[in-house]
Amino acid sequence: METDDNANKILLQGNEAIVAGALAAGCRFFAGYPITPASEISELLSVKLPQVGGTFIQMEDEIASMGAVIGASLAGVKSMTATSGPGFSLIQENLGYGCITETPCVIVNVMRGGPSTGLPTSVAQGDVQMARWGTHGDHPIIVLAVSSVADCFSITVKAFNLSEKYRSPVIILSDEVVAHTRESVVLPPQDSIRVFDRVKPDVPPEWYKPYADNNRGVPDMASFGDGYRHHVTGLVHDEKGYPTQNAKEVDSFLRRIHGKISKGFKEIQITKDYMMEDAEVCVIAYGSVARSALRAVRDARERGVKAGLIQLVTLFPFPRKAVDTYLRQCRAAIVPEMNMGQMAREISRVNQSSCRIVKHNRIDGHLITPEEIFKHLTTV
Amino acid sequence: MLERAEIVRKEYLRHDKKFPHVWCPGCGNGIVMGALLRAIHALELSKDEVVLASGIGCSGRMPTYADFNTIHTTHGRALTFSTGIKLAKPELTVLTVMGDGDSTAIGGNHFIHAARRNLNLTAIIINNSTYGMTGGQYSPTTPFGSISATSVYGHVEHAFSIAELAATAGASFVARSTVYHATHLEEMLKLAIKKRGFSVMEVISNCHVQYGKKNKLGGAVQMINSYKDNAVKVDKAAKMSQEELEGKITIGVLADVDKPVSTEVYRQVVKDAQKKAGKISKETDKNGVKRYEE
Repeated sequence: METDDNANKILLQGNEAIVAGALAAGCRFFAGYPITPASEISELLSVKLPQVGGTFIQMEDEIASMGAVIGASLAGVKSMTATSGPGFSLIQENLGYGCITETPCVIVNVMRGGPSTGLPTSVAQGDVQMARWGTHGDHPIIVLAVSSVADCFSITVKAFNLSEKYRSPVIILSDEVVAHTRESVVLPPQDSIRVFDRVKPDVPPEWYKPYADNNRGVPDMASFGDGYRHHVTGLVHDEKGYPTQNAKEVDSFLRRIHGKISKGFKEIQITKDYMMEDAEVCVIAYGSVARSALRAVRDARERGVKAGLIQLVTLFPFPRKAVDTYLRQCRAAIVPEMNMGQMAREISRVNQSSCRIVKHNRIDGHLITPEEIFKHLTTV
Repeated sequence: MLERAEIVRKEYLRHDKKFPHVWCPGCGNGIVMGALLRAIHALELSKDEVVLASGIGCSGRMPTYADFNTIHTTHGRALTFSTGIKLAKPELTVLTVMGDGDSTAIGGNHFIHAARRNLNLTAIIINNSTYGMTGGQYSPTTPFGSISATSVYGHVEHAFSIAELAATAGASFVARSTVYHATHLEEMLKLAIKKRGFSVMEVISNCHVQYGKKNKLGGAVQMINSYKDNAVKVDKAAKMSQEELEGKITIGVLADVDKPVSTEVYRQVVKDAQKKAGKISKETDKNGVKRYEE
């Protein structure tokens, strides 16, 4: 087995693995705008997409990219864009449109230092709360974080599957370290990858209600050109898709689009845990920091500290249940982040036990080292 | 004519939509919509193959009422959505209706780039010189010196000429008409839709409720009649001096060029890339190296 694996090993950077994951998941449309440190995703897809019959386009800005992504998805093609902080600000307008029209799509944000132009080539995790709340209005959204090259592949596949299944934009938060770190990985063969496609309507077109509730809260989705002529709008709409201000219709529509995500919590909320069985102190981390944290936890174990790691893959909807369970067994939880405590705030919010939440924040454009986390683990 | 109007009403309007529409009595938007539906009918396009997209504003509501694949997008961004739709399904006929502020203020960048890119799309711009829906503020086509909700002392900026802007930016086809010239408008729309490449149809229209009232231009009838009085056909305009053309509206086909359509060129790129990719993966297989892509 080992020799087989070795033969299949390839050296990839995170951005390249995202491309591989997207193609494996069936992505056939990409629109984007050049930005560091996400440009490799665009460049590689401009080569790969035509080879598989897909389409690549470089738009005039990220606002346009997000519009094109949603347009392509409405026409039935799995679509995505990739950007970084400044571009992520620009996509927010049409991201909200994706949420209200329940259009599947994937947005990769390779985080760099901010605010504004910030530190274009340095790592940061400053866009976490923005990923959740960046577009205006109450809206449901799914945010996943990647911490390794292998993650970049598998989480990207997952992102497409969730976006198709729940008819929701899914944001992948990567960061400059994950994006540009090269690791050797073995990617699974295509036939072993579970790919989920949106459910299409099977009723006659005249019966089709594009936004009607069903037991999943996710209406079947017709593509433009399939014979199911329907209306798509960013206005709050009734089950036929027409604008409405009727209080009852408005309320049931907005509750449904929030509810469909809640109904999927079990599948959507992903966490990974390491050495948590008997852990008394834990680290809660995500993105590249989770790598440093794992090393720190292993080192602490060697010193006899009962340490463990909870890696957050899903940041939003926040995996409250899993985190709360672990907090109850620990006397302290260290939350290292390359921001001023954006996830620590979520963790503190759900903490109902006596577990102490210890923030560790680094905002100088450098990755948090295992030593920094180790120090906390041996002193708390 | 009446018979045709009846066909359009029955065939192309959404009867499950809660009419009446949002447009004010006398608004030019209905005339544009009527001409558009008649043009689509005359071209014998299947309703399933037509996409009608729009941005935000009074014009943005048009797709709601028409029985096609319809999409009411965000302000100024309609062409970006249309770009995605067209690239994903090139066989669809994608029509994008916008207003003057929608297409040349907030969407100005998307507009010029769509023209430059030359996808096979049709943009229909209803130019009423103001932001009607929000109360009549000045837009990029509000004439110098005129009154609006945000230029009560007289407008200090100069107006865009949308058709000329489109032609300069690279559109394959550019035409202008007015809501007075309903038959002419229909003919121009047919040409615009049929044209391969990015085509722009500018329609001068009346907002007597906002722009007309503030500038004492009369009601809908007076405003629409003024288009009749001031319209000059392209060939006649070509013989007139700049001074003589002051205040006139040049109507007809302003640009019609043939150049490679990016949607079509890209299909060829895809074909070639697929052919080449097939060859590469065979060769690498021989060497025992497995590639992660197809």
